[in-house]
Amino acid sequence: MTELRKTMALHIGLLLLLLALNWLLPAYHHGNLSRIMVLASYAIGYNILFGYTGLLSLGHAMFFTAGMYGMALTMRHLGWTPAPAILAGLLSGLLLSLVVGFLALRTSGVAFMIVTLMFAQAVFLTVLYFGEYTRGDEGFVIQQAERIFLGIDLSDPNNRYLAALLAFSLCLLFTLWLVRHPFGKTIIAIRENEDRTRMLGYNVFRHKLTAVVISGTISALAGAMYGLLFGYAGATFASVQYSIFPLLWVLLGGAGTILGPFVGTLFMFYLIDLSSEFTTAYMLVAGIVLVALTLFAPHGLMGELRRRLFRWLP
Amino acid sequence: MSSKNEFSKGRRNALKTLGLGAGAAATGTTLPLWARYAEAQSSAPIKVGFQAHKTGIGAAYGRWYERTTNAAAKVINDAGGINGRPLEIVLEDDGTDPKRGAEVVEKFATQHECDVAYGTLFSHVVIGSAPRAGELKLPYFVVSEGHHVASGMLNRYTLQPGITDVKSQVAAMAPFVSDNLGKKVTMIFPDFAFGHDHRDFFSAAIEAQGGEVVAKIAIPPTESSFTKYFPKIPRDTEVIYHVMVGPAVLTFVKELGEFFGPSRPEIFGFIDSLEAVDINSPGLEFLDGTFFWEGNPRYAQDNQSEYDKAYRAAVGVDDNGASVSDPTDISTYAHMFGCWETLHVIKAGMEASGYAGAGDRAKLIEAVEAMTDLPASNAHPQGAKVFNGKTHQVFGHQYITRVTDGKLKLAHTTSIEDTLYPDEVDYTTQAF
Repeated sequence: MTELRKTMALHIGLLLLLLALNWLLPAYHHGNLSRIMVLASYAIGYNILFGYTGLLSLGHAMFFTAGMYGMALTMRHLGWTPAPAILAGLLSGLLLSLVVGFLALRTSGVAFMIVTLMFAQAVFLTVLYFGEYTRGDEGFVIQQAERIFLGIDLSDPNNRYLAALLAFSLCLLFTLWLVRHPFGKTIIAIRENEDRTRMLGYNVFRHKLTAVVISGTISALAGAMYGLLFGYAGATFASVQYSIFPLLWVLLGGAGTILGPFVGTLFMFYLIDLSSEFTTAYMLVAGIVLVALTLFAPHGLMGELRRRLFRWLP
Repeated sequence: MSSKNEFSKGRRNALKTLGLGAGAAATGTTLPLWARYAEAQSSAPIKVGFQAHKTGIGAAYGRWYERTTNAAAKVINDAGGINGRPLEIVLEDDGTDPKRGAEVVEKFATQHECDVAYGTLFSHVVIGSAPRAGELKLPYFVVSEGHHVASGMLNRYTLQPGITDVKSQVAAMAPFVSDNLGKKVTMIFPDFAFGHDHRDFFSAAIEAQGGEVVAKIAIPPTESSFTKYFPKIPRDTEVIYHVMVGPAVLTFVKELGEFFGPSRPEIFGFIDSLEAVDINSPGLEFLDGTFFWEGNPRYAQDNQSEYDKAYRAAVGVDDNGASVSDPTDISTYAHMFGCWETLHVIKAGMEASGYAGAGDRAKLIEAVEAMTDLPASNAHPQGAKVFNGKTHQVFGHQYITRVTDGKLKLAHTTSIEDTLYPDEVDYTTQAF
């Protein structure tokens, strides 16, 4: 079997398995997996910038929030239906990532991390400042009756699961296509050696800016889907911890792997869910596991699998 | 963290309870027909999913909400449980986070198979969780004091029967402030939703009393020093109304004291910022002689009711509002009574509806919606209340205390009428 066939079999197989689980999982895990697939889409967006382009952002919550509020505010204040509202969320993420990318990419390394962190903090404070419209830290509910997407009630568990799966599939397959595309090869080259890529004649700034925009727009899609599927938009999602989460998920799952974001999100979700049944220090448990993985599996779960067993994994 | 604090009396005692129930049924004097049926049907515990702020910004409140919940559950179980069945508290930490809060509600409904969910305080967690409770058709009894329930933002499955909301609390303060402290008020509040609620509700209420807000000073949530804001306080200010939250409150009070020195206007604040904080902490001396809203007076007052005395003892709080086992562990007394009273409302609602299982959740909500007067009693130690079934919100007395000799002494008790406002929603028109 060629590498391409193996790759396609693995990823399509995973999506089919997730589809089958819609009818097999008990209610609690069914709900969890819906949530995990949306959050994994966010992590996929993050992975394009961090895993494939080598740019560590500490402010991705701003893109997630841009999508969430782009969707939620147009529904709340303009009375838009979910379909155009999601597009508004996507557009918000796209525009924000274009502006932030244009400014932040004038820096690199630690400075890039700090600049993205500051931009995210500015977005967080903006949400609070315009509390009259956003309801600030409290946030607001997107009512069940409003969450009808082209005649489909997204508050129904099955519909929610399938919508989450659709968003996740689109993000996963797009990334799979992207990394095989010349653009994907170029951003990987930038990650490996930026100076050499520039010397070869590539416009590094333009490629990095495009990567920021793709990453931010996918994160915004996840934010819009999250708000729509679970009926709530709030400033908490713009706080710094929601910028750290995708970093942790990608590190755990394996940066620069297609399946890493999903595996990391799944692992972290259940790690917290299960450990919180035994201790209130569940974030400490997550921290210890992360340190252990960094020490013993520095490439993350999927990264280690690729290094040790399946070198064809994208 | 999940812990199952079951105060059931074990199999033998449960059988004893059943026996008593059967005896009562035989005499036909103490239990209605459905209760005998329900008892005969099941002695499995009634599961109440407690969404607790064990970690995160709400942890200080969460610790005392948990103690109050456990004390109330013990009292209820010692008195025979609910419909002859023991009450079991299933606790899950929500990290004071709306995302985790919604996950916890799902866990209560689909994994723990709880009968109801209960106990959430922070508004953003309530608003993030309530949509899922409504979709899962899980009655969700919050103890939040937010206006979100009565505003109509939530759904028929979400109720707040054990604590009054911020709109009624703030509105009820205006007559006292206007009549006793002054009519020209400067408001200092955090620049987020909680502060904006105070700004909007109090401005309207004080104007209705013939007063006015002469300045509205919003403090950004990341601020750690406040000196630069104080020159914005107009010279003709008669009253400063403050509602700061978070650890910066100690700095706020200290700097306010340094700014005004011995000649200050009257000062009125909400105790929220100083819940779980000793009023005699260094730096708070400036508060001497100032007034506070308290949902329930922290210090045992001269006119303490027998109900408050019993409640205080059951939870383990001394006359100074601190833990009986550790005088430095100050309670969140102004709010935590809401847990006690809400659990008793759940019990009363289940008994009135003949609640036997998840299929009776709609009947339970209808039974609570039918409640009106909730007289002061051991079930309602904070005082008498009136429940509005249409808005799913309870209304009750508010207390204004004054810092005197290092204690909060009761200065005024509002009437329930002072706290009422027109309905903004009728949840009873929503389908289950």
